[in-house]
This record gives sequence, C-alpha cells and structure tokens, in this order.
Amino acid sequence: MPPNASQGSTSGPTMILGVIGADCHAVGNRILELAFREAGLNVVNLGVMVSQEEFIAAAIETRAAAIVVSSLYGHGEMDCRGFREKCVEAGLGGILLYVGGNLVVGKADFAGVEAKFRAMGFDRVFGPGSGPEHGIAALKDDLRARGVAFG
Amino acid sequence: MAEGRVHLLADVGSTFTKLCLVDAAVPAVLGWAAAPTTVATDVNAGFDAALAQLGPEAARAGRTLASSSAAGGLRIAAVGLVPELTMKAARLAALGAGGRVVEAFAFRLTSADLERLRALRPDMVLLAGGTDGGDAEHILHNARALASGLPDVPIVVAGNRGARDEIAGILAGRPAVRFADNVMPDVRRLDLDPARECIRELFLERIVSAKGLDRLRSRAEVVMPTPEAVLRAVALLSRGHASSPGLGELMAVDIGGATTDVYSCAEGRPASPAVVLRGLPEPFEKRTVEADIGMRHTLASLLEQCQAADLAGAAGAPTDAVRSWAEAAGRDPGHLPASEGEHRIDLALAAAGIRLAAERHCGWLEEAYTPEGRVWIQEGKDLGPVRWVVGSGGPLAAAGSRAGELLAGIRRAPGSVRLLPAAPQFLADRRYLLWAMGLLAADEPAAALELMKRHLEPC
Ligand code: B12
Repeated sequence: MPPNASQGSTSGPTMILGVIGADCHAVGNRILELAFREAGLNVVNLGVMVSQEEFIAAAIETRAAAIVVSSLYGHGEMDCRGFREKCVEAGLGGILLYVGGNLVVGKADFAGVEAKFRAMGFDRVFGPGSGPEHGIAALKDDLRARGVAFG
Repeated sequence: MAEGRVHLLADVGSTFTKLCLVDAAVPAVLGWAAAPTTVATDVNAGFDAALAQLGPEAARAGRTLASSSAAGGLRIAAVGLVPELTMKAARLAALGAGGRVVEAFAFRLTSADLERLRALRPDMVLLAGGTDGGDAEHILHNARALASGLPDVPIVVAGNRGARDEIAGILAGRPAVRFADNVMPDVRRLDLDPARECIRELFLERIVSAKGLDRLRSRAEVVMPTPEAVLRAVALLSRGHASSPGLGELMAVDIGGATTDVYSCAEGRPASPAVVLRGLPEPFEKRTVEADIGMRHTLASLLEQCQAADLAGAAGAPTDAVRSWAEAAGRDPGHLPASEGEHRIDLALAAAGIRLAAERHCGWLEEAYTPEGRVWIQEGKDLGPVRWVVGSGGPLAAAGSRAGELLAGIRRAPGSVRLLPAAPQFLADRRYLLWAMGLLAADEPAAALELMKRHLEPC
C-alpha cells in the first residue's frame, strides 16, 4: 500500500477522505483518519494531493456515503469548484460532501466563506476553529437523517 | 531411457514450435530445435518436426512441459467498474496471467458492449468491480448481461466479495465459472494472484482443448500460456533461489512479430519523499503487452508512432528505404533483410519498438505547481534503480553482436519524465531460453536459475 493510502476494516458506513489539489499538508489528514475511524466509520484515506476525480472514483468503487475534503493551503475555493457537478455526472449526486481546513487565504469572514462553499454544493463547511469532532457530529446527524447509523 | 531430471520443454508459439532439452542434474542445455507451428492442422506435426531435429537424446526426457501462445494466445476481456481502479486491476491481473487483453470495459456493459464482446470472441472474461463491501450494483448488472448476452464464454469473477453469492446464482448452470478473491479488495490495494491462478486453471481446463492443444497430450503437458512462463523465469532470476542469489530488481523485454511484452520485477516506489505517488500501486511482478508494436504483422503501426526520419537517421538510410522496408516486412512475416542496409533498418525499427514499449511500461512524472513552487507526482513504477535489463525475442537473437544497440533505448534520458532505468546493464537471451526456464522453474528452480545466469550474455 502506498504511503498516502490506507483504509480500515470497520463495517460502518464508508467515507472517502483526502486533502484536495496540490496541497501537501499531511498531519491533519492523519488525525482526521484516526478520529473518523474511531467514531465507527470505514475510512478510505486517499492522503494528500488528491484530485476531484480520484475522490469520485474511490467513492464509486466503495459505494461511499460521504466525501470529506480538507484544504489547508488557502486555495480550496479553486480546487473545489465543480466538485458537486462532477459527482452528479458520475451518478453520485446524492453523496454527502464535506469540506474543512483553512479554506481561503488569510482571515476572511467565515459566514461568507461558508455561503460560497454551500453554493458550490457542499453539504457542510468547516472553518479553521473546527476539529474532527465537529465533522463527526455532523456526519452522525446527516447519516441518521438518511437512515444510516454508526458508532 | 527416460531420466527423472531430464526435461523436454516446448513452446507452441504463434509461428514456431520450439523445443529445449535440459538436464537439470548437470545442469545443462542438451539441445534446442524449432519448426513451424501447425495448430491449424495438427499441432503434433510441428512438435514432431522439431523433435526429429533433437535426435535420440530427446528420448531421455522424463517429463515434457509445454507453454503456448498459439492461436492468438490467451485472449481475455477485462470488465471492471472505474477505469483507473477495478478495470485497471482486472487488466493487470489478466496480463500477469499471461493473457492478452483484447478489450477492457468499465461501468455498465451496454448492449453495444455485448455486441462487441460477441465479435471479439475472447477465450475468457475476467469480471471485477467494487471493493469488498463496496459497490455491488455494477458487477451484478454485468454478470446478468454476460449471463444472457455472452453464453459459453468462461468467466473468472474477481470483484466485490459481497456480491459473490448473488453472482453465483446469476451464472448458475454455466459450465466454466471460477470465483477468485477481489482483484482490488480496498481502494488502491491490489490482490492479483488468486485471479491469476483461476485464469490458469480455466486455461488448462478449457482453452487448451479449444485451441486443439489437447492433441499434444500424449507428448506433453501444456501447463501455461507462454508469457506466464516468461514472467516466472524473470521472477526467479530476480529473486534467486535458496543459496543462489538472484540479480535483484530487473526488467525484461520480448519483442515478437506481432506484439512486444515488457516485464519488470521491481518495487518502483518514488525515489524521493518530495514525489507523491498517485493512482493504483502496481504489482512487483508486472507485465504489459503492446499489441501495436511488433517487427512484422504490426510494423506499420510501429512506424506510424516513430518518426520515419529519426529511424532513417538511426539506420543511416534514406527515409524512403525505411518506408519500403516496413511495407515489405509488414506484408510478409517471413521477410528477411537481404542487405546490410536492410539489416540496419530492421535493427533501428526493433530498437525504436523496444524503447516505446519500455516507456509505456514504466511510470512517469508529472509536474504540479503549488503556491511555493513545483512538486512532482508519480504515476506507475519508477524503474530508475533497476540494474539489469534482459532482451529476448527473434530480433535479439538475430542481432548477434549488436543486441546491445537494440536495448540501448531503455535508459532514462536526462530530463525525461519517463521513469526508465537510470544506469542499466543489458543482457541478451540469445538462445531463447526465458520461456523454457519459466517452465522448468516449478520442478527445478536451482537449475533454471543457474542456466539463466550462465546463458544470458552481457551486451
Ligand atoms: C507544517 C506546515 C507546513 C509544512 C507541511 C508539512 C506536511 N507535509 O504536512 C510545509 C512546510 C510543507 C508547508 C508548506 C506550505 N504551507 Co504550511 N503550514 C504548516 C503549519 C505550520 C502546520 C500545519 C499542521 O500540520 N497543523 C496541525 C494539524 C493537526 O492541523 P490542520 O492541518 O489545521 O488540520 C486540522 C484542522 O484544520 C481540521 N480539518 C482539516 N480539514 C478538515 C476537514 C473537515 C471536514 C473538518 C471537520 C476539519 C478539518 O482538522 C485537522 C485535524 O485536527 C500551518 C500553520 C498552522 N499552525 O496550522 C501552515 C499553513 C497551513 N501553511 C500555510 C501555507 C501558506 C503554506 C504554503 C502555501 C507556503 C508556506 N508559507 O509555507 C506551503 C504549501 C505547500 C503545499 N503545496 O501544500 C498557511 C495557509 C494559509 C491559509 N490557508 O490561509 C498556514 C496556515 C500558515 C500560515 N498561517 O500562513 N506548511
């Protein structure tokens, strides 16, 4: 297995995790993998520098319930553009899409950033202050609403 | 009189049936012979003609093993879900089993795909799709499509484990179906050996007789497709056996009249932590086949992909001469160079084909720009550290002392993004032994290794 890919053997719902674009910040990705796995999810971690196409391909093969995207280096908006549309094209129109990290350069007003990513089709948007626990809590709610429980 | 450790090894190739007589106790190659393959009439005729050349020595053989690539080789259609994931995994498994992937299909098989499959008449379908516990819908759809649209073709199922029982129901009553572990149990993790083994079982059980090779039965045991024998030889040469060390990471290329096979036994990981690996990890033992690169039947398409002018430069011949040679040789597989000039053109074409096939086999680097500069992304295997490159096939045997020229292109050019070996040493399989040593490897690995080390010549 290459260093930037690993997966658990939990039987919970499957989620795809990765850091999008040309972003190589690897530490947070590892922490997210452990935390989501601990919470009972089957985490397919694609590591850093992951393209939209790679997220989508992995989600199709694994029939994933969610794609959790990180962007730390400030270029998230550019990297995430068109992601939902590509999911729709690939038959994954209904998949949960989360994004978090340092989504834009500098300290922009978060409400504005959130609105922008929501408009791009992301179901949940997490700002700099949010850790894995916020993502896990939201995923529990969203999956429960779809009749899937875990953890 | 038959002796336990004397083996007669045979390869029923597409043009020639070759025999190699080996005494593993010495070890020594006792004899070698070749005669035109006669699969259209009775394979025994070609076998017997080659046997007659070996003379009475051949009667010493205690065991006769054969490989085959006759009648188009083992033609496999690969079916997966996502092109870069399970479809690619299925393709790699089929190639590793010595098959020729006639076509690969992704997502849902359509009625047009089935039409195409019926026209292609593959010997076998390898059906993958979904990780274990992942998508089942596509592979079930495809199993149903094959059940109704492609009767009688043997199928190896190697996809999502969770769909297996249902697929068994869908394909119930079909004579030749095998279930193997998933070729891609998790995203980006491959497990190709179980599927390879099932392909081989079906090959022995079904394909051998379908191609008339069972008529050889009183003379030889047909045990595997030729490319698998070569892969086994190369793997043994790389790994070594017991107290005899192997050569370590290596590459091999076998150029034929219609296709060119490339093998590597190498990890291929990124050379530096600054390079990020993308896509499927590739198997340590990897084989690729280029169906459009060959020295006779496919010469026209090889020429199309090279610059005729570059070839002319390499051969020291006018461009027109290169073109007319390619035309003549492409038309008639038996065509041989009649002059020094034609010989040079033939060599230049073989060298270009070998380089092209090797470039397609190895991985490559792609630049990605980040806010603080450039980073590199690697796809496929980095064969930079590979020390040895073995050349095999008719053109190498015919090149004599110039075999090295044929392989010289398998070297990473400065600044190139193709991850070929950086400082390779070349070995020529002048006596055409690789396939034979692959057949011998199961019974007599030490002898097979020793004979390869002795007879592969530095060039
Ligand atoms: C270490 C580091 C690097 C290392 C990375 C080494 C590696 N391979 O991992 C190096 C030196 C290579 C690097 C390079 C760059 N870095 Co840097 N780097 C950092 C630094 C100091 C720490 C990152 C880290 O590991 N944090 C610890 C982990 C645990 O936290 P985390 O990554 O934030 O992840 C957590 C949360 O964000 C959250 N989270 C993340 N994703 C998601 C998703 C969801 C859904 C949820 C719920 C939560 C969540 O959970 C994670 C786990 O707790 C930060 C500053 C900082 N203190 O954060 C800058 C920082 C991230 N880098 C920055 C920048 C600009 C860069 C560069 C562009 C240039 C530069 N100035 O160096 C390059 C980009 C390279 C590239 N192509 O990616 C900026 C980003 C600015 C922005 N976005 O506005 C930061 C914030 C520094 C700064 N204040 O300027 N960097």
